[in-house]
Amino acid sequence: MMTQSSSSQFWLTRPLGERTTQIFLGVLFAALLLVTVLHLAVPQGHPLYVNAYTVNLFGKYLSYALLAVAVDLVWGYLGILSLGHGAFFAIGGYAMGMYLMRQIGDRGTYGHPVLPDFMVFLNWDSLPWYWYGFDMAWFAFAMVLLAPGLLALVFGFLAFRSRVTGVYLSIITQALTFALMLAFFRNEMGFGGNNGLTDFRELLGYNLRSNDTRLGLFIATGVALALGYILCRAIVTSKLGRVCVATRDAEARTRFIGYRVERFQLFVFVVSAMLAGLAGALYVPQVGIINPSEFSPLFSIEIVLWVALGGRATLYGAVIGAILVNYAKTVFTGVMPDAWLFALGAMFVLVTVLLPKGVAGLLIRRKRQKHDERASTGEASA
Amino acid sequence: MSFLQSLKTRDRVFGFMAPEASPVDVRHGPILYLEDVTVSFDGFKAINNLNLTIDDGELRCIIGPNGAGKTTMMDIITGKTRPNEGSVWFGSRHNLLQMNEPEIASLGIGRKFQKPTVFEALSVFENLELAMAADKRIFPTLTARMTGEIKDRIDEVLETIGLTALRYQPAGILSHGQKQWLEIGMLLMQRPRLLLVDEPVAGMTEQEMERTAELLTGLAGKQSVVVVEHDMGFVRSIARTVTVLHQGSVLAEGSMDQVSSDPNVVEVYLGADDEEAA
Amino acid sequence: MRRFLILGLACLLMGWLPTAQAQQASPDDSAALELLEALDVSSYPAKGEAITAILQSDDERARDWLQALLDGRLQRTEDGRFVIVLDNSGRNWPVEDALTNESLGEMSRRDLNRIGINNALRNQLRSAIAVVDLYSPNVDRRRTSATRLLGEVDEELAAPLSELIAEEEDGQVQRRLAQALAIYQVESGQLEGVEALRGSLHPRARVALSRAANGDDPIVADAAREALASIEQNLKINRGIETLYFGLSLGSVLVLAAIGLAITFGVMGVINMAHGELIMLGAYTTWMMQQLLPGQPGLALILSIPAGFMVAALVGIAIERGVIQFLKGRPLETLLATFGISLILQQLVRTVISPLNRTVVTPEWMSGSLVINDALSLTLNRMVVLGFALVVFASLMLIMRRTRLGLEVRAVTQNRAMARSMGIRATRVDIMTFALGSGVAGLAGVALSQLTNVGPNLGQNYIIDSFMVVVFGGVGNLWGTLVAGLSLGVINQILEPWAGAVLAKIIVLVFIILFIQKRPRGLFPQKGRAAEG
Repeated sequence: MMTQSSSSQFWLTRPLGERTTQIFLGVLFAALLLVTVLHLAVPQGHPLYVNAYTVNLFGKYLSYALLAVAVDLVWGYLGILSLGHGAFFAIGGYAMGMYLMRQIGDRGTYGHPVLPDFMVFLNWDSLPWYWYGFDMAWFAFAMVLLAPGLLALVFGFLAFRSRVTGVYLSIITQALTFALMLAFFRNEMGFGGNNGLTDFRELLGYNLRSNDTRLGLFIATGVALALGYILCRAIVTSKLGRVCVATRDAEARTRFIGYRVERFQLFVFVVSAMLAGLAGALYVPQVGIINPSEFSPLFSIEIVLWVALGGRATLYGAVIGAILVNYAKTVFTGVMPDAWLFALGAMFVLVTVLLPKGVAGLLIRRKRQKHDERASTGEASA
Repeated sequence: MSFLQSLKTRDRVFGFMAPEASPVDVRHGPILYLEDVTVSFDGFKAINNLNLTIDDGELRCIIGPNGAGKTTMMDIITGKTRPNEGSVWFGSRHNLLQMNEPEIASLGIGRKFQKPTVFEALSVFENLELAMAADKRIFPTLTARMTGEIKDRIDEVLETIGLTALRYQPAGILSHGQKQWLEIGMLLMQRPRLLLVDEPVAGMTEQEMERTAELLTGLAGKQSVVVVEHDMGFVRSIARTVTVLHQGSVLAEGSMDQVSSDPNVVEVYLGADDEEAA
Repeated sequence: MRRFLILGLACLLMGWLPTAQAQQASPDDSAALELLEALDVSSYPAKGEAITAILQSDDERARDWLQALLDGRLQRTEDGRFVIVLDNSGRNWPVEDALTNESLGEMSRRDLNRIGINNALRNQLRSAIAVVDLYSPNVDRRRTSATRLLGEVDEELAAPLSELIAEEEDGQVQRRLAQALAIYQVESGQLEGVEALRGSLHPRARVALSRAANGDDPIVADAAREALASIEQNLKINRGIETLYFGLSLGSVLVLAAIGLAITFGVMGVINMAHGELIMLGAYTTWMMQQLLPGQPGLALILSIPAGFMVAALVGIAIERGVIQFLKGRPLETLLATFGISLILQQLVRTVISPLNRTVVTPEWMSGSLVINDALSLTLNRMVVLGFALVVFASLMLIMRRTRLGLEVRAVTQNRAMARSMGIRATRVDIMTFALGSGVAGLAGVALSQLTNVGPNLGQNYIIDSFMVVVFGGVGNLWGTLVAGLSLGVINQILEPWAGAVLAKIIVLVFIILFIQKRPRGLFPQKGRAAEG
């Protein structure tokens, strides 16, 4: 019944009427508020005090969560297993990084008024054309969305038009990010080669090294995650979302009832790439560096694991998975770094074999059981 | 199709010039017309010089032994397979060989597959909603709202296919026969001019078969229906005209009685189980 | 220095040549001792004279002495005897008497004093040995020494050299000597030398010609330029052949790496991301074999072929039984699970063996290269791997076409349900296929161990390339894999010189991504009903 009543609203605000979205947003904002209070109001040294490092870490997790939501949108609902979403994330990150580089101005080691340090080091005498405009925040922020969107548009157009799907698509997305990684490693590309972009100072005039900016970035990332979640939820609960699910389960059939499947795939793929780019842009100022390793196929496939662990096609599962896996990674690499890859590998195997619906699947099953119990007792009494 | 072509057919450029009911032009004869169609896979001719004509509102049954090219023929009509030679026309205006699958579908050709494929993760209601004739471009689909009119239309079809009680259940839990009906229901939502139905009663019980026969004969007249079927009893119960395919071309055509007395047919196809044919 | 060398050679040719071919037997040992004593002085010019004296002495042991002196193996014991160290790799060295050639057993390095030489003497020794070797009855020695003379001939050597050329029986030595003479002639401005060098690809010949091309004599310069142009042309062809060879070699590696994948992917629709690690295990098996059989790298390598196959096949079976069978019909999940396995295997090798690379020894019969001409030599290990890849490919073809297993595999590939209803045990076929595909990965690892370093990341470096080969060639088609692998290898090598290795790789990846748009099912797609997945 709820679908009926809420479906008459404006499509973008439709998810706000949903129970799951309300719970998700409630939990998210409560967490944001809690961390903020514990950081600002609790005195240092108190056991509940959350230090700036942890705030920063949480901010990083949240940007990963947004990335995972973007991957879940294409994998969970459209059935496209992209092993190259790290590329969109990294490109968004590079766009932000370029803006931050230009903000350094003449305070770099070499003190050049325009050129970033690495270009001075390489004896370049002028800025490459694709660096123009990145000194303006609005342009750089637009590029955060447009650059990954454009790549997704071109790549997706070619792939979906010729009906490359399934494992083939996975393989070529992996090849895409691999090729980009190799390219970005080259100094000649003009993105800092091996070392990437780093030594950032300020964002929109706020000092990136101050604790307040870190808290601000954490909250901004949380809000971006909330908005991204609502957007994705609005898409998947619309008729378009149902077309996506239909495409995922029976592509040929969907085509036969008159949908241009490739266009729907392209649309959702581009939206997802833009969200991934946004996640990358929020990630970079919080970790203070962007380098080609974000393009590595291993990272992209790890994102997929977050989604698989959390539970596909739920969106909130992706968020849970991203946070759980990355928290585990933080713990493991601190305590026994050698064991992390074993744990990661084992997670891949166990999740796919034993827990195909992820953590969210467990939650749903418990809910169903309760529901069924209630239903059966209801029937008995009737 | 291409812009130039759309310019040539002026009624598409100027909306007001478009004919009211359907873009299909059947004033000059049949609704579907296949001429000299040939398809080969790796040298094997699945369809060999096939000629077939279906009239508007007709119910046609197509029979033939395995490998006669029935499914391939359906693939050609719906744009899934491209023939090596020949022409395929929908009405006298639309050359189907120049169109892709969604375009053909939106012209009003609906197809039910041999193996029922419904969207198992979606509810019965949603299955019908997606199939409905509507603006199927991206943004209209994204912003589409559920109106009373649409609900009524879906309820009507639910009634026709007898799945009203199961409307909110995921289609995955339906029985085989129910899935077949849901598929026919999805076809009906498209308001097609031509229905291609591939083995509708495979795996159905006697009762389900009767209901299906009722459903299909009820559709004929308003729509043209092409049924591919193996079950001779079922064909006999609904068929007015029967076409026999053999090795990719038409072997015989006529009423069930004419066809089953044709010596060629008896030899290649019905000869195997005389009793049923007689 | 050069003058000194010429002096040495001139002396030696005048005094020694006429009698060299008829070596006299058993010269007097005291005279020989005197010759060697002269070497053990501190002044290097004096040593040079001593070397000349040895050459002029007609002593048949002269070559051994000079060679030992050059290698630093001519030494003197505490009690003044001259000895030749036979093997100076260990702690105690086996030695023999320099005069009598009788073995003196092992001696400690501390009891021996090396007779030192400097670079000038080294050059003198090399040329001297080359000249001595020209008269050696051993053809190989004559060839090496003739090659060494290129660019070293001077006025005084030229005349006896022409005589030698006339007397020489071996064609190759003759050609070499003629070239050496011609280089001298070009350098001294004679036109006939230019003609003789026209076909030569040796860098020395080119140096001489380009010098002549810039020389004063316009006729010689013109001729030299013309000769250089024709040499350049020739070189281009040779470089082309070399690129092709390297391309085919890289391609053969890709084919080996990809063909196992093509089998498992084609037959079971399963993407095995751990395929690269199976390759790595094959390579480590080779390393392990060589550890077990020290001193016999060749035997170890040959035994590694079955061993590598078995190890990888068993691990493959474990993967199939342990994970993949539970993921039937879910190819994307299979991809993720096998990726997890690949991480575990990599980390396992890092933990158990070492994160560092291991070196696998190349047996003697595989090292070195096949010299076609001065500009083109083909390394043997690559040739063996190329041949090995073709043999593996042919055997797989045979298995697929001629055996019961192949028949069943093809049946299951085309229609699993139908094959099963005909009594083919699809599960068994799956296991066998997976074992076969994995085993071939192991073979690829054995071959790769001869070309690259063996480390935990070995497989990772090849996995994306292998996928590209399979996708490019078309799934389920072994010929497609062969053609795709070889052509990708060649394309890569052709691009590399002007684009650089990284860019070449990027171009190839982009090319394949674009290619798939045009032909989503690869070069050799399956057609008809079987292709509808």
